[in-house]
Amino acid sequence: MQFFLQQCLIGLTNGALVALVALGYTMVYGIIRLINFAHGDLIMLGACLALTVVSALGMAGWSGAATWLGIVMLIALCGLFCGAINVAVDRIVYRPLRDAPKLAPLVSAIGVSFIFMNIGLFWLGPADRSFPELLPATNLLAGEGLQFTMKDLLVLLVVVPLMIALTVLVKSTRLGKAMRAVSQDPTAAALVGIDVDRVIGATFFVGGFLGGAASVIYGLYINTIGFQMGFQNGLYAFTAAVLGGIGSIPGAVVGGIVIGLVRALSSAYVGERWTGAIVFAILIVILVFRPEGLVGRAVKEKV
Amino acid sequence: MKPNRPATHDATGAVPLRHWVWAFVCERWDLVALSVLAVAPLMVPALGGALGGQVTTLFIYCILALGLNVMVGYTGLVHLGIAAFFGIGAYLFAILTVPMYPFQMRFVTAAAISALATAGIGLALGAPTLRLRGDYLAIVTLGFGEVAKVTLRNLEQITGGMKGLNPVPPPGAGLKVGGIDLGLAFAIDPRWFYYLSLAVLAGVVVAMRRLEHSRLGRAWVAVREDELAASAMGISATRVKLSAFAMSSAVAGLAGCLYAASLSTTADPNAYDFNRSIMVLCAVILGGLGSIPGTLLGVALLVGFDTVLAPWADSAIQQWNINPSGSSLLSFSGWRLAIFGLALVLVMRYRPEGLVPSRRMAAELHEGHA
Repeated sequence: MQFFLQQCLIGLTNGALVALVALGYTMVYGIIRLINFAHGDLIMLGACLALTVVSALGMAGWSGAATWLGIVMLIALCGLFCGAINVAVDRIVYRPLRDAPKLAPLVSAIGVSFIFMNIGLFWLGPADRSFPELLPATNLLAGEGLQFTMKDLLVLLVVVPLMIALTVLVKSTRLGKAMRAVSQDPTAAALVGIDVDRVIGATFFVGGFLGGAASVIYGLYINTIGFQMGFQNGLYAFTAAVLGGIGSIPGAVVGGIVIGLVRALSSAYVGERWTGAIVFAILIVILVFRPEGLVGRAVKEKV
Repeated sequence: MKPNRPATHDATGAVPLRHWVWAFVCERWDLVALSVLAVAPLMVPALGGALGGQVTTLFIYCILALGLNVMVGYTGLVHLGIAAFFGIGAYLFAILTVPMYPFQMRFVTAAAISALATAGIGLALGAPTLRLRGDYLAIVTLGFGEVAKVTLRNLEQITGGMKGLNPVPPPGAGLKVGGIDLGLAFAIDPRWFYYLSLAVLAGVVVAMRRLEHSRLGRAWVAVREDELAASAMGISATRVKLSAFAMSSAVAGLAGCLYAASLSTTADPNAYDFNRSIMVLCAVILGGLGSIPGTLLGVALLVGFDTVLAPWADSAIQQWNINPSGSSLLSFSGWRLAIFGLALVLVMRYRPEGLVPSRRMAAELHEGHA
């Protein structure tokens, strides 16, 4: 039982991280129906910046409040960085393709992902790099016989508030209302005076910001980054977004946590090498029985 | 299909020769390309060495891409896991031929059985999932690709794990024709495989053309253009989509057979991963969806860039001694991904319908702007 709970805890923490990345996919998909293949590699670039800043400031030597403050600053910096890149890519690459055939932006996104990977290759070098431990490895749940360190706490401390903020943004601000309008029908949204391109840009920024935050947490939590990390993580996060119902924000969160739990439990009980197959087999089975995802609503195909 | 006469040919007779030649090349590009490729090994000695193997691989990817084109191009279903079917074909073929299994079939029998079995696996995946909407179907194929790769890697007793299955015997092993041991000839001289895969490619191109204008091919296009209208005309959309799925898988499986035979190993399962699927998908879209010359050109550019040009440019840079420190900023392959990505972005920006769009696809696209 102890072992099972421990695996669930690992799965929950990992899942929260996956969910944060999945939100970036789901927001972009929700608004322009684009599978943004470059999102995983955008996070890799964020992690590159985080590592550079951490090394330049010598943050590994900081302690206490300074460390926490440093992490908050790092998240803000990498979030702005990734958000800005995302907006620029949308402006330069995707915006001219709004009326192009459906597959054109998809291929462009794959192209952008290759370009990001090449930048990461020059930035980090071909080998994996280790990301320094900034937080003490104190076990917070030693009393219950479980392993739950500061790092795990950090993941939840960052992810949960960001998700609440995102929900508030989408549900009850002017911008969020505009986002939902554009997602439902861009032409009608334009007709009532919404600047569609700006709203799409804002969505890319928010998705990128969440990705930047995820990149910092990824570095601090997994402690290894490399120029190819974006692909595998992007794949899992994207799967999470689809599993929950792509385009739906609570769906991405549920999907991320399910993926995290499935990964942790199958690594523990079946063997790590089968994890990839199990995750995707479950995805296929769920899609066959619930094509709209776990949380998503069935969308009638337009005739 | 009757080829249209080149426009310049209809003029009053005073057509400059080079115009006529150009029109002929455009109209009968297939014959021109085939004859150039057929003569090339006799003229270019390099094709007897490593280059011959690389070009053979290029032909095999062309076959794979033509298979994918059935699903993505004609029927309009996005497929992100074609490499899995490529791999399944290669592994089935290997199981039917390698010495460690009792089957040890002849090349043609083994290839036919594995292509059919791959089609069967495609049907098994397609039947429950084809009712999914576009992007969800794409994810199912992506997921299947990952499942297939992991399974091939982990079933070590059957697939040899990371070592793969080998040695896959060359076609006609032990067969003597006119005093030449065929198997030995295939093993020694890459030109034998060059011609074999060129012949299969030519066969697939002919088959695809016939298919494109057949009842089934027109049904594929009809379902892509408007599923509802197609159903109203009595076409069973599900059956048509399933047949496209099966056909794609069969052709991909056939390409896998050739791949395993030409390398004499299945290589490790990572040779059939998502990157491979994406590369082939990009080639089909870049060339022009539903267009056979486009697909071939797309593969020639993307895969050719990767397997032929990049290694050549790297060794050239080394020879000219531009990069004595070995910095990756100055090596060509250091920039490989960026060049590749930039090419995809630029082509999609300026020619979203692809480099050589099919006439029907181009007409469909420009309808909205007229």
